[in-house]
Amino acid sequence: MAPEPEKPDFRPSGAEGLLLPRLFRVESRRREIPDTVTLTLTPAEAGTEWPFAPGQFNMLTAFGIGEVPISISGDPAEPRRLLHTIRAVGAATGTLCRLTRGDVLGVRGPFGTAWPVQEAEGHDLVIIAGGLGLAPLRPAIYRALAHRAAYGNLELVYGARTPRDILYYRELQRWRSRFDVRVHVTVDSAPETWRGRVGVVTKILAYARFDAANTTALVCGPGVMMRFTVQDLMARGVSPEHIFVSLERHMQCGLGLCGHCQLGPLFICKDGPVFSYARVKDWFEKREV
Amino acid sequence: METIEELLAAHPFFRGMAPPHLAAVAECGRRMQFKAGEFLCRENEEARDFYVILSGSVAVEIFSFRRGPLTTTTVEEGEVLGWLWFEEPYHWHLDARARQVTRVVALEVEALKSRCEKDHDLGYEFMKRYAHHLAVQFRITKLQLVDMYGS
Repeated sequence: MAPEPEKPDFRPSGAEGLLLPRLFRVESRRREIPDTVTLTLTPAEAGTEWPFAPGQFNMLTAFGIGEVPISISGDPAEPRRLLHTIRAVGAATGTLCRLTRGDVLGVRGPFGTAWPVQEAEGHDLVIIAGGLGLAPLRPAIYRALAHRAAYGNLELVYGARTPRDILYYRELQRWRSRFDVRVHVTVDSAPETWRGRVGVVTKILAYARFDAANTTALVCGPGVMMRFTVQDLMARGVSPEHIFVSLERHMQCGLGLCGHCQLGPLFICKDGPVFSYARVKDWFEKREV
Repeated sequence: METIEELLAAHPFFRGMAPPHLAAVAECGRRMQFKAGEFLCRENEEARDFYVILSGSVAVEIFSFRRGPLTTTTVEEGEVLGWLWFEEPYHWHLDARARQVTRVVALEVEALKSRCEKDHDLGYEFMKRYAHHLAVQFRITKLQLVDMYGS
């Protein structure tokens, strides 16, 4: 049985970073798709590092507006810069998306469990993302590519709604140009000018090559997409212990104290957000909880 | 050059089909090749063929006067195209256009149906595969309909 995702503790001792936000400055803002930007943040206090593991998240504070949990989407090998890809869906995320170079925001974290990329060494690694779900998986992709020789097949399967909703388009093209990773991109519908695949992400999962008995799968995306993807992975023989999903709930404290993100006996912020499917299958997408 | 029977035997849709049944299906088939941009079928045309895709890629499109052709799915090597020819009035409901040079085995529908009527074992074998194909298509369509990525 594969081990449960570990919860790395990179946090500074004491309340700072954990309960009190640290100040970060926006170094740059990049518009990824119409309602989504990536902020590159550097600590206001020079020389500070912010180590994190792929899959972890930070609580970002838009001062005077609110605090929201956002996955870290940058390279774990570069702890001096934090990257967060944010979709403007509410007051706090909308404010964060409008920040510009030099603006200051608060950061608490990093919180949560990590994608088991190191534990997956020696296995085929299948990374399946839908929509904005590529953001929490990008650190895992960076890590896997940096240690490429440690894995068997490396397959990245990504689905978006339309071509204009594809996240990290240039980066996907760059990864696709490598010979040691197979990148499958699809959209749900497209105009005639689109030359890529059209169909839901579960359809193109069929093109991914892996040895089911020796595969670790990392899945992140909307709940419906993850549910069907997990079913298809298991139908191909991947065990629930080797399928990992990242769950989302209304996280608030990040410490498992407030109870907002409770899912059955679990707290997403403290016990997750990355879980093996075997651990959450009884609660996964269950409408009553 | 491989025979049509060999081409079908290697195709996932026909995997595991008994040789006599494969031979009967192959007799309804002919090779075809479509250039990029060429239509395999057009909406409202009579559905005479069921396409077994050997290589290439086909865009299945719905035409809208406001938005032009909208691709709803792509069909590639190892898949089949055309699932409405079993239902009257045997007309295509969508356009399908090759996006690159695409090789297919086109199975003549009337001949195929006639063989399935005469040999129910063959008909059952074929329908089992066809039902599975339909189930997969319905599942895909449902996922498209729920607009998973909608905020």
